[in-house]
Amino acid sequence: MREGLNRRGSLEPRDPRAPRRATAIALVLACATLITLDQTAGVLDPARRVVGEVFGPAESAVSAATRPVTSIPGWFKTRSAMKDDIAALRAQNSKLEQQVRTSGYDRNRLAEYDGLTKTAEDIGYAVVPAHVVALGPSQSFHRTVTIDAGSSSGVQADMTVVAAQGLVGRVLRVTSTTATVLLIVDGDSVVGGRVGSTMKVGFVRGGGDLADGPLDLQLADQTATPSAGDTVVTWGSDKDAPYVSGVPIGQVTSVYSSVRDSSKTAEVKPYVDFGALDLVGVVVPSGTKSDRAVIDADGNLK
Amino acid sequence: MNARLWTVCALLVAVALLLQVSLFSAFAWDGVVPDLVLMVVVAGALSRGGQFGMVLGFAAGVLLDLAPPADHVAGRWALALLVAGYVAGRVRQDTDRPSATAVVATVAACSFVATSVYALAGLVLRDPAVGFGEVVKVIGVGLVWDVLLTPLVLPPLLALFARLEPQRAR
Repeated sequence: MREGLNRRGSLEPRDPRAPRRATAIALVLACATLITLDQTAGVLDPARRVVGEVFGPAESAVSAATRPVTSIPGWFKTRSAMKDDIAALRAQNSKLEQQVRTSGYDRNRLAEYDGLTKTAEDIGYAVVPAHVVALGPSQSFHRTVTIDAGSSSGVQADMTVVAAQGLVGRVLRVTSTTATVLLIVDGDSVVGGRVGSTMKVGFVRGGGDLADGPLDLQLADQTATPSAGDTVVTWGSDKDAPYVSGVPIGQVTSVYSSVRDSSKTAEVKPYVDFGALDLVGVVVPSGTKSDRAVIDADGNLK
Repeated sequence: MNARLWTVCALLVAVALLLQVSLFSAFAWDGVVPDLVLMVVVAGALSRGGQFGMVLGFAAGVLLDLAPPADHVAGRWALALLVAGYVAGRVRQDTDRPSATAVVATVAACSFVATSVYALAGLVLRDPAVGFGEVVKVIGVGLVWDVLLTPLVLPPLLALFARLEPQRAR
């Protein structure tokens, strides 16, 4: 132990509060261990589950308590979303003005559920309604959200998540009351997509852009060229996991070809506004046991 | 280290994390939120030194790595906040009671360092598929957020840590 006169003028080992090299090394090694463990798939899942069981309900509670603040519309949304919103709101405004005398928060909520019910009917699957209670910060460079439905509501990993407008993402993992959802705009997300007008298949990748940037569609058939305005829907996976078929993803906005690998990539604008996600639905098999009402494929609540 | 201090720290970190993902996400600028957990770590390191800062940073980082909706490789925030705690601890070593300017500068430096370390770890691990420009933008916006919130968040935190301090021999 190194001894000497410290700043306070007493004879004692060096300032006990200064960072000790041994601790620094131990902690850095602990970080490295964590990273290595997590690279081996699934080792840390129990830990994530345990933390999720505690923080999931807490996130739901905070989200519910602060909803009056966080639902202040317009100003605080992402800039890119605001332009779209203005156009959409103007169109909606006249319609809503008639409703507004009788409407309140509940009615708006009902309209949201109506939209979701319609989605359930359109895509022909049963959905469990859920609210987004937490958004991963951009500082994490990932686009994930927490929703307030978990395994007790019948939600499992690798289920499709939709909103009234279209595809949202897929469930990564669940706790008993919450689930973590990977959004399709995340850089790691790949969705099998089909161009509605030509039935050509391809892959829709997240742009990795943290603002609501476009998705990239690459068609398997190099000779096919999607045209701007085409709708892209999911093509569906085996056993409906992770994506069911026929859910609208977005609209082709522009097509550009790469000279290097002679392939064509289309930019797809997602239908869902990921800056303002609130009510979503998790697609579940019909007849799923759930602790809440499930919107069935025929639009009825079960 | 006494149990009361660690209980308070655990509470502070948990509250900061919850506000960060569930409240501030609604006010985010392109998804970038103020890094409240980082501020707790900086406050801890400023009032109790680098040793404490490192341990607190590591623990808070592990929580950030595991709590939903996180999906990145665990250990990245732990490493980033550990470094932030160390950096803030160095500031405390140099000045016993940091001035307001020093506190803001420390938060800015730690915010920059932590997000950079996190992003670099991601580059090495090929975890995020995000471009360089995007990373720089996120670091910049995050730094502005953190500096803006420092005058509101840091003084109460520092006062709280000072109250928890056992009588110091001076």
